[in-house]
Amino acid sequence: MSGKKVALTGAHAAAEAMKQINPDVVPVYPITPQTPIIEKFCYFKAEGQVDAEVVLAESEHSVMSISVGASAAGARVMTASASQGISLMNEVLSVASGMRLPIIMTVVNRSISSPLNIHCDQCSTMNVRDLGWIQLFAENPQEAYDFTIIATKLAEAINMPVMVCQDGFITSHCVEMLEIIDDKKVKGFVGKYNPKEHLLDTSRPLTFGAWQLPNTYMETKIEQQEAINRALKEYPKVAKAFAKITGRNYAFVEKYKTNDADAIMVATCSTAGTVKAVIDRMRKKKKKVGLLKIYMLRPFPKTEIAKALEKANAVCVLDRAINFGAEAPLYTEIKNALFESKKKPRVESRVFGLGGRDIFEEQIEAVFNSILSNQNKEKKGGNVYIK
Amino acid sequence: MAANIKEFAEMESYFAPGHGSCSGCGFPMIVRTVLKAAGKNTVACIATGCLEVTTTQYPRSSWKIPCIHSLFENAGATISGVESAYRALKKQGKIKDNINFVAFAGDGGTYDIGLQSLSGMLERGHKAVFVLYDNGAYMNTGNQRSSGTPYAAKTSTTPVGSVLKGNMLFRKDIARIAAAHNIPYAAQAAVHDWQDLFEKAKKAFAADGPAFLNVLSPCQLNWGTKTDLAIEISRLAVNTKFWPLYEIENGVWKLSYKPQTPVPISEFLKHQKRFRHLLEPENKKYLEKMQAGIDREWGLLEKQCAGEKNGV
Repeated sequence: MSGKKVALTGAHAAAEAMKQINPDVVPVYPITPQTPIIEKFCYFKAEGQVDAEVVLAESEHSVMSISVGASAAGARVMTASASQGISLMNEVLSVASGMRLPIIMTVVNRSISSPLNIHCDQCSTMNVRDLGWIQLFAENPQEAYDFTIIATKLAEAINMPVMVCQDGFITSHCVEMLEIIDDKKVKGFVGKYNPKEHLLDTSRPLTFGAWQLPNTYMETKIEQQEAINRALKEYPKVAKAFAKITGRNYAFVEKYKTNDADAIMVATCSTAGTVKAVIDRMRKKKKKVGLLKIYMLRPFPKTEIAKALEKANAVCVLDRAINFGAEAPLYTEIKNALFESKKKPRVESRVFGLGGRDIFEEQIEAVFNSILSNQNKEKKGGNVYIK
Repeated sequence: MAANIKEFAEMESYFAPGHGSCSGCGFPMIVRTVLKAAGKNTVACIATGCLEVTTTQYPRSSWKIPCIHSLFENAGATISGVESAYRALKKQGKIKDNINFVAFAGDGGTYDIGLQSLSGMLERGHKAVFVLYDNGAYMNTGNQRSSGTPYAAKTSTTPVGSVLKGNMLFRKDIARIAAAHNIPYAAQAAVHDWQDLFEKAKKAFAADGPAFLNVLSPCQLNWGTKTDLAIEISRLAVNTKFWPLYEIENGVWKLSYKPQTPVPISEFLKHQKRFRHLLEPENKKYLEKMQAGIDREWGLLEKQCAGEKNGV
């Protein structure tokens, strides 16, 4: 394709996409490991490479509040955050989605306190999965870059905010080769943002954020549900258009050697790469193993996921998150997706990598061998950890 | 030039009647006056609170200008976002008009939960006016104490008991806090003096940067006054020096009004159930403490307005 090969970290790949999109307003606040995204963007601003109004906010709560105000005023708004920052802006995240504002945010997955830990897991990201934001998960800098561009188009097509999530440090701080497309193509793809209704149209004064009584509130929430589910129809169109200019095709999930697999691992983000390496090795030993990598967690592409998994004998869901007092979040979703399938594979759960603990190929291989031989019967359904 | 009452009355109003505020509430007059000073090309943000719930019940709205309500504590940040979008889109030629920006919040949404967001808006220099309608407690949730509640006032979280006699703390000096951000304009006004409020709002919108207005907003329901007393109570607040009228323009402090004959604070208190206990003989020491606090603050303000900037 016409792209240019560059070596970038995941954070700088996201910042590069933001630079090319050149949004109108970018409120920023530092938090590890997201900081290099906003630092890089501020560098672009200082060098005159972007026109965006960069707003140096005093907290993440204000970052999202500024985003809401700017987006309601008709601006294209992008930002980035992580961990405690996502937790702090939690209240405003549901305002953004409830007001149907297409804000784009890069999320760098990091654990949440207490105890304090700055390393990768997906607890804070999972915590906000039910607040009405579309969530896309990127494995590597290439996907972080691509999804930032795809997210912009998707968000504005259906008036919904999107989070593009990448793993802290493992992706955000590691340099990999990726292909970036030229500025013109990016700008052409995302187009101009011209919302029909916005606050700065004083000739048509509208009230945003009116409060509602029980007689109408529920209808608004049902409409919001229909709106986010529209992403299930719109995303394939956007992804197809993106494939046209890049050759890179993104479905709701990536199926890696799943067609004939007896055992399938389900994973998101950077861990998928490690799982693929294990699969390649095990395939040489004639073991029929595969990976289902989830790209989109919200809205949840239940049908596609069930279809990809139901033929296997065993499935193991890798969660880099813990759900206190319940089973792990992705595991719960996957079991739910399979509940209505005629043929249900055995589904196991593994919680791993909390607070940035590494996961190794041998550990994944051991899990594959365990589920292939159904050694773990007695622990079915509970929280099982890879330590 | 100051507007006269006839001109003022004939000005287009951007705040529609038919809202749901209590009879005798102060803020409808404040909002109407501020919006008259701002004009048609204005965008407002309102914090969660009495003003918001009484004017934006879906599908109705009292706002004849574009308006956004987001949350309780983020009016400063929200209007910062709107104003940033305006600067971005104006630069691109997408917006042609000059637009004013105003945020309205109560004392809870300003002194307390909204202070950080307000500070960010002031510090970053967004060209927006933050209007605090100060009724001295969390009135929308039923009269709980805020850090803007006056000394000794009875609220539902500072009741008058055998040990404690209402709010035993003095309120923050919010206008001084706002002015300490070195903004071009901050002022204190009161609802009875519409002309002063109108002129201050004009100056606030004309300022080259953020501006802050703290306006006394009587609440008959929780102050425990007659519904037709808002204007009189507001006037007494000023004449007793409980609520001085002043402005800080580019760092220069100026008293807007000096009461001619001193009126004791009891004249202001006696109309209000929230202060009734202060007039009981056994609570005399609290009344004296309140008066001493008022005198001290007035003294500081006078010094500051006389140019003695180190008076604090």
